[in-house]
Amino acid sequence: MAKTPVTFTLNDAEAALFVDPGAALVDVLRRGAGDLTPKQGCAQGTCGACTVLIDGVPHLSCLTLAETVQGRHVETTSGLAGGPDLHPLQKAFIEGFAAQCGFCTSGMLMAAKSLLDQTPDPTRDQVIEAISGNLCRCTGYEPIVDAILTAAAEMQGRPAQQGVR
Amino acid sequence: MTIHKGRGFACINYPIGMNLGGDPSQALVHSTPDGKFMVALSSIDLGQGMKSVTRQIASETLGVPVEDVYVDTADSDTGPHCMGSFASRGTHRVGNAVIRAAAEARKQMMEAAAEELEVNASDLDTDGAGNIHVKGAPGRSITVAETAIAAQFKQGRTLSGRGIFLVPPNEADPDTGDMTPVTCFAHAALVVDLEVDDETGEVEVTEINSAYEVGRALNPKLVEQQLIGGAWMGVSHALYETTEPYYPQRDHGPEDFNTYLQPGPGQIVPHHVAVLERPAEDAPFGGKGPGEMCANPVLPAVANAVYNAVGVRCDQLPITPEKVLKGIRANGGARPQGIR
Repeated sequence: MAKTPVTFTLNDAEAALFVDPGAALVDVLRRGAGDLTPKQGCAQGTCGACTVLIDGVPHLSCLTLAETVQGRHVETTSGLAGGPDLHPLQKAFIEGFAAQCGFCTSGMLMAAKSLLDQTPDPTRDQVIEAISGNLCRCTGYEPIVDAILTAAAEMQGRPAQQGVR
Repeated sequence: MTIHKGRGFACINYPIGMNLGGDPSQALVHSTPDGKFMVALSSIDLGQGMKSVTRQIASETLGVPVEDVYVDTADSDTGPHCMGSFASRGTHRVGNAVIRAAAEARKQMMEAAAEELEVNASDLDTDGAGNIHVKGAPGRSITVAETAIAAQFKQGRTLSGRGIFLVPPNEADPDTGDMTPVTCFAHAALVVDLEVDDETGEVEVTEINSAYEVGRALNPKLVEQQLIGGAWMGVSHALYETTEPYYPQRDHGPEDFNTYLQPGPGQIVPHHVAVLERPAEDAPFGGKGPGEMCANPVLPAVANAVYNAVGVRCDQLPITPEKVLKGIRANGGARPQGIR
């Protein structure tokens, strides 16, 4: 089968790849572009580990045809940090012990980034809603929710909100 | 329709390290020529913190900064043997093996430093910041890095250590059955508050309060993380998760995440944890480890709370709305137990 040329912006760089017809974006990002931050968990759109942002909106890259990102902007966790400086979300996840095995973390970070890009000062319920498509089997979610609220507070320049505990 | 509040209690004594077969684990420690130390293990970290805690233990035993210790659990084909990361054995078994390996490496490090400083090794101490000095004379010192370089390129010796932890295999006395099946026990008590809807049979856990005694909490944040995440999994097993809903029939069994029920971030239960520390003598720096017992007591506490709320005794998990409703009907209605 003929491959299709696809060009898109991957984080801050231009990506130009030949993709198989019907190839999932997650496979193209991981194998074609060598960006291993989107994780493939269930390959059926349930777990959220493959979440990436396309033009700022979270998408499940396992269910997204790679050809559809032609000319668009794809953001993954590898673009979160600015050089050695971690994104406030990444810092809050580390300092708040919001990761254990780490498999869900990339997807959680991207879902959270999309939320904070559009709602810089979210409520706890808005955070929960934003990550409700992402499964985590280790943390019980609470440290993740707390970390996202902490990052939001830091980006707003005020002290972190109190957690539910 | 009425929402019934219920409270349930459970406590647990949890065995740390199974003595049957000795339950061994090994560790190997060696320095690189720049004075960093590598701990080789086959004890895989699945996110519980195996690498963090063994790194702390090695650093403390060696007397070097934790930043200068690496833990490599890469490959059970090439690493020293470990029974595995399971059954609440990791911190205790592997930690003890790491202490032995790191102590041997420290001894060699001190001997190498003694040769450089032309003093007796027993007169030397580490400052934990990367220096080895004569006791009482901090000025007479050599860095760990300089020591490792001298050992490697001048003295021709390794700074390395081998460690294994194995308890004598223990079998039951044929007459009395007496034995010591485990090394030490961790303990916990846990209270669950929940609500049961007697029309739908739905159970919603509203609060968990627990106290865990895990020996010394070697890494308090990791302990808390384990206890919070583990309790969530306990709630999940108590109320939602099963691969065999109509055992032994496979009909209607879940086959993927779409049909396998588990709570999401919307079902977070506030959980207040009190960690009590009673260091165990034979545990590495007293730490027994939280391990599996962070999930276990939640299940009986939920079952007891459901009974407390509506008088239905569920003896099969998970406690689904169907089971609760069937129980309520069999009793001729909800029968709240006791007054709270």
